[in-house]
Amino acid sequence: MSWSRDEMARRAAAELRDGFYVNLGIGIPTLVSNFIPSGITVQLQSENGMLGMGPFPFEGEEDPDLINAGKQTITELPTTSYFDSAQSFGMIRGGHIDVSILGAMQVAENGDLANWMIPGRMVKGMGGAMDLVAGVKRVIVLMEHSARNEPKLLRRCTLPLTGKGVVDTVITDLGVFTIDRGGMTLTERAPNVALEEIRQKTEASFAVRSGLA
Amino acid sequence: MNKVYPDAHAALAGLLRDGMTIMSGGFGLCGIPEILVAAIRDSGVTGLTMISNNAGIDGAGLGLLLESRQIRKMVSSYVGENQLFADLYLKGELEIEFNPQGTLAERIRAGGAGIPAFFTKTGVGTSVAEGKEIREFDTESYVMERGLVADLAVIHAWKADREGNLVYRKTARNFNPVMATAGRVTVAEVEHLVEPGAIDPDHIHTPGIFVDRIIHATPLEKRIEQRTVRKRGN
Repeated sequence: MSWSRDEMARRAAAELRDGFYVNLGIGIPTLVSNFIPSGITVQLQSENGMLGMGPFPFEGEEDPDLINAGKQTITELPTTSYFDSAQSFGMIRGGHIDVSILGAMQVAENGDLANWMIPGRMVKGMGGAMDLVAGVKRVIVLMEHSARNEPKLLRRCTLPLTGKGVVDTVITDLGVFTIDRGGMTLTERAPNVALEEIRQKTEASFAVRSGLA
Repeated sequence: MNKVYPDAHAALAGLLRDGMTIMSGGFGLCGIPEILVAAIRDSGVTGLTMISNNAGIDGAGLGLLLESRQIRKMVSSYVGENQLFADLYLKGELEIEFNPQGTLAERIRAGGAGIPAFFTKTGVGTSVAEGKEIREFDTESYVMERGLVADLAVIHAWKADREGNLVYRKTARNFNPVMATAGRVTVAEVEHLVEPGAIDPDHIHTPGIFVDRIIHATPLEKRIEQRTVRKRGN
């Protein structure tokens, strides 16, 4: 059984540690906030200028002055602070955020990431993605293993890059990979997903952690 | 010295000309100077270069100036919410320069602080770095980005005193403070206007030196782009 979106988010949340400052991207990464392990406290950063992001407001309590990077209404917490966009990206670029969890279109076995543009189709812009992958201490990609039966874990990205050699961990519906100077390694399989299936659906070359086969 | 103008039209008088560059604060529709933007539309000025993180949505924010074809070029990080933008861009009627969001914010901060260029690792190895100087510091590669200034900055704040000291509210702060520093002229629309002394000097976000003109603007539409809520009792 491959992991559902919620299970992927729960697996990603298990990477968090007490006291971390965390930036979550749009899509499946947003779900990670629902699965913060009990007993630890993390502060979520919203790149539009907020640390300590709270849950969605109760109906009738939406505040147009309080949104996240996905332009959704949110709330503040007792730990919340606000700041301008230059300081927000100062904390991102300056390496003060512990983990960035974001989606991707393609990841290469050398850690290259493509998630902002498909040439020939409409280009929306990179937003804060290039700053996040360049500056945050650890980058975790959370994505479906394939898109319309096309592999997304590749030898080389074919789409324009968001960052070069920036991805540390990839969590898909089929398993978990780590990437370092030595290349890509499969470190975990989703329950009852065969290694053969992962090999079939992965173009990138990868090692398998001992004991996992 | 009176910085307070009766309305947006009066505050922009003598400042607008075709082909000029304007910075406009806000993130999405949050913290945008919507009354000043509407007044720029009404002025009919054209050929504008707009520096703004986003391009509004159809019918709101900078979407107004796209509908009236007053923008020639956008400098932004993300314009995905605006369908008209896509149509104009694909027809070749609009130029776009994408900047990574942090690079855009830092270019504006640098411009306002008198720094002509800086080096950042954001975008190294991507199309953003093409044609730009790359330099190595401490074994890591960085790309040179230029500081940005504009002929005019239009911004939104929550509260101002008559001296132009500004306070922002929650995430409506975003690009407004840095843009206030980088406009040759900066016009602020504010929701609350108070007398000097009414704001604790320790609580001022933007000192009045950066603000040339002020309008006290109510009511505001303050549209919400993505209304997300949770149920009570959860």
